[in-house]
Amino acid sequence: MTDVQQQGQQGPVSHAIRLEKINKSFGAVHANADVSLDVETGEIHAIVGENGAGKSTLMSILYGFYAADSGRIFVADSEVEISDSKKAIKLGIGMVHQHFMLVENFTVLENIVLGAEGHWSLTVSLGSARRRLQEISDTYGLSVDLDALISELPVGLQQRVEILKALYRGARILILDEPTGVLTPQEVDQLFAILRTLKQQGVSVLLITHKLQEVIAISDRVSVMRAGRMVDTLNTASTNREELAELMVGRKVLLRVDKEAAEPKQVLLCTQHLTWIDDSGVPRLDDVSFEVRAGEIVGIAGVSGNGQTELLRVLSGMLDVQQGSVEIDDTTIDANHQMTPKEVRHLGVGHVAEDRHRDGMVGAFEAQETAIMGFQDEPEFNRSGLLDRAAINQHCVDLMDEFDVRPAAPTLKSGGFSGGNQQKLVIAREMAPKPKILLVGQPTRGVDIGAIEFIHQQIVALRDAGSAVLVVSVELEEILSLCDRILVMSEGRIVGDVLASETDARSLGLMMSISRSGEQQKQQEAAQ
Amino acid sequence: MSKRAKLPVWADVALIPLINVSLAFLAAGVVVALIGENPLAAVEVLVRGAFGYDEGVGYTLYYTTNFIFTGLAVAVAFHAGLFNIGGEGQAYIGGLGVGLVCLALDHLMPWWMLLPIAIGAGMLFGAAWAFIPGYLQAYRGSHVVITTIMFNFIASALMVYLLVNVLIKPGQMAPETRDIAEGASLPLMHELFAQFGIKITQTPLNLSIFVALIAAFLVWVLIWRTRWGYAIRMIGHNESAAVYSGINPKKMVVVAMAISGSLAGLVAINEVMGAQGRIVLDFVAGSGFTGIAVALMGRNHPVGIILASLLFGALFQGGAELAFEFSTITRDLVVVIQGLVILFCGALAYMMRAPLERLFGLVGARANKSEEAR
Repeated sequence: MTDVQQQGQQGPVSHAIRLEKINKSFGAVHANADVSLDVETGEIHAIVGENGAGKSTLMSILYGFYAADSGRIFVADSEVEISDSKKAIKLGIGMVHQHFMLVENFTVLENIVLGAEGHWSLTVSLGSARRRLQEISDTYGLSVDLDALISELPVGLQQRVEILKALYRGARILILDEPTGVLTPQEVDQLFAILRTLKQQGVSVLLITHKLQEVIAISDRVSVMRAGRMVDTLNTASTNREELAELMVGRKVLLRVDKEAAEPKQVLLCTQHLTWIDDSGVPRLDDVSFEVRAGEIVGIAGVSGNGQTELLRVLSGMLDVQQGSVEIDDTTIDANHQMTPKEVRHLGVGHVAEDRHRDGMVGAFEAQETAIMGFQDEPEFNRSGLLDRAAINQHCVDLMDEFDVRPAAPTLKSGGFSGGNQQKLVIAREMAPKPKILLVGQPTRGVDIGAIEFIHQQIVALRDAGSAVLVVSVELEEILSLCDRILVMSEGRIVGDVLASETDARSLGLMMSISRSGEQQKQQEAAQ
Repeated sequence: MSKRAKLPVWADVALIPLINVSLAFLAAGVVVALIGENPLAAVEVLVRGAFGYDEGVGYTLYYTTNFIFTGLAVAVAFHAGLFNIGGEGQAYIGGLGVGLVCLALDHLMPWWMLLPIAIGAGMLFGAAWAFIPGYLQAYRGSHVVITTIMFNFIASALMVYLLVNVLIKPGQMAPETRDIAEGASLPLMHELFAQFGIKITQTPLNLSIFVALIAAFLVWVLIWRTRWGYAIRMIGHNESAAVYSGINPKKMVVVAMAISGSLAGLVAINEVMGAQGRIVLDFVAGSGFTGIAVALMGRNHPVGIILASLLFGALFQGGAELAFEFSTITRDLVVVIQGLVILFCGALAYMMRAPLERLFGLVGARANKSEEAR
């Protein structure tokens, strides 16, 4: 105890959290090695690092999911042991996960109270909660309709509910894990405004992110992790993106894609009045018409869930064409002439699926089995009725060699590779047959900065070789720097078509939210 | 705080099943002790009954043959993410196919010419009986677990009807067909051995155990070395990825169920063409259900299934001896013991996993520490 008091007296600034020499290993992997970190009261502290740098492990230790092998944790200058997340909440630590932990068919109020009812009667709990939440939202400027159903709220407001949930449980230290991944630029601005208010009220914010421009925009200090170690902690004001990227990767990184101007030639991919309606009658694609030419990269920008997934699936043959048509080179696919994914592939279409875990690979399969997905029936991988293991193995070795997949172990389970290496393997597979048309969904989701650079170079190289490339990404930065032309999608419609050189994130963001707000206005008018 | 380590392969495939079997026997031992018998003596009788003399071994392997077929059937469906509970009915209907072919052709050709035809018929009939639930699952959304269970009852009723009214040998009461002609049924093992001058006791064990071993090898080839196996495993792991890869999951569900049913149908080679030499009522006798436990314990791998089948074969044979030897241990108690093995090796197969992972983590951490100290 005396030790703690001494610590407290030494520093003039009080620390919200202090971690000292945290160590944590998983088998042979040293996920956290002598990691020390201090977060001052009322600061916004960003933690950046590549995948597998140890950010998540560190936060999991702080939130009580894992116990550290060694090291000490101080909260408000007294040493604590955080054995589980209940303990963390008691200590005033709140966490907003990347994927929200909300019950869709409960109201905002019910969600916030869930697990912290405080009284056997729900009516009483909800009543007192309502009063307290009113105070909280007055203090922090967080307004949400407490009686709205979660499923009816846009993502930005759902996130606000998560923050309220943490504050309602008395959080003075808020951990946000990749909070901006699903937000429009406008929603990001609103989030940042909230974070600034929280900061003024003395709440400390720990921001885990890989978006460096956001780190620069919002944080007071930034800590960089690499390979399980804390590399440096910097004052945000005295650093820049390039320096942070270099610290994260350990070498100089090109943040902008290096490419020549596009020279579009003949049209290779074209859709006309494509409409696709899901089982519940919602049009996921609404009269979509566009074309992609040989030698250009066309990007589709939009908040996720606005029809991009369905578009890629229809184009690749995974979903049937319902109305309208898709023209690939000189083949037309429409409601009367459907094509299976295999047939589309044979037309020279490569498809890097948006969600590799759902479509693009099978975690339980060996890497070499993942490396022939979609090509398993090709004669080169089959010999007298059996799969030709030697040919498959060689193919995988070649792909791994060409795309620098590490470790180059064809028999390792696909799920055992890091995200970046999984993605490199998937992209290698789709690019290997030199497709005329390449469909790429989220080319760099969950991929390290170093690998992002490499993947972008490969896509540009394919364009320069005369292929047509369609990129779907929720990262505006990526769309802006990688693509030649940008289509903006909102609620299944193409609401913008601009040259990448003539636009910026702000105007794209405005286009992305055009029809949304229009729709909301209409609804409100209808209600009145 | 101890952490979990990833188990080495040998612990996963050998140690865990071994621990589970030991636990099952421990629990069974407690039950035997409770009714006042000596558990060690009971184990001795059980093991001796199953392996101690040639007749026991014969019966053990005869049961094993059935379990290999049904275990493989469950495993193939399981790789496709399907739970085929209908091995019982598929084997029964497979018996109809084998029986009809044998009864029609037994006066025309010897057993070795008849065998391939009978195998084809058994597989076809079994496949057909699994095809319908497979089709309903794929194209109509009726869950295969429900429909295969229902099809067990339908198979049972159908076979009773056929045996009583159509196939029954005229002039007798028992609902059975006539015997397959002498030279057309599968030779029993003692007849085979006799040709080489080796005398062993007569048991129902027959040539079909080799059919079972060949089937196990072919299933391994199918699942891990062909593109159909590739497709089957992919729909089992991730249906969406299968669509992405140009595989039609609906079609593969039907194919996997048909293959599964055809393997179950092979039980009839052992029973109808081999051991019984005719179609009798309820010749499957629960093998279809035991196959589920076998596949679960054998981790859906042919080698594991052969070993698990041997264990269950030994339990069936040794259990029968147990009931015979001890007046206090009845047939029902033997079923209890078999049930305990299924419980520990099947339903609780993963119970020991977490503690073992922690143990390995602890040992690993110790080893690391001592290395660092050096």
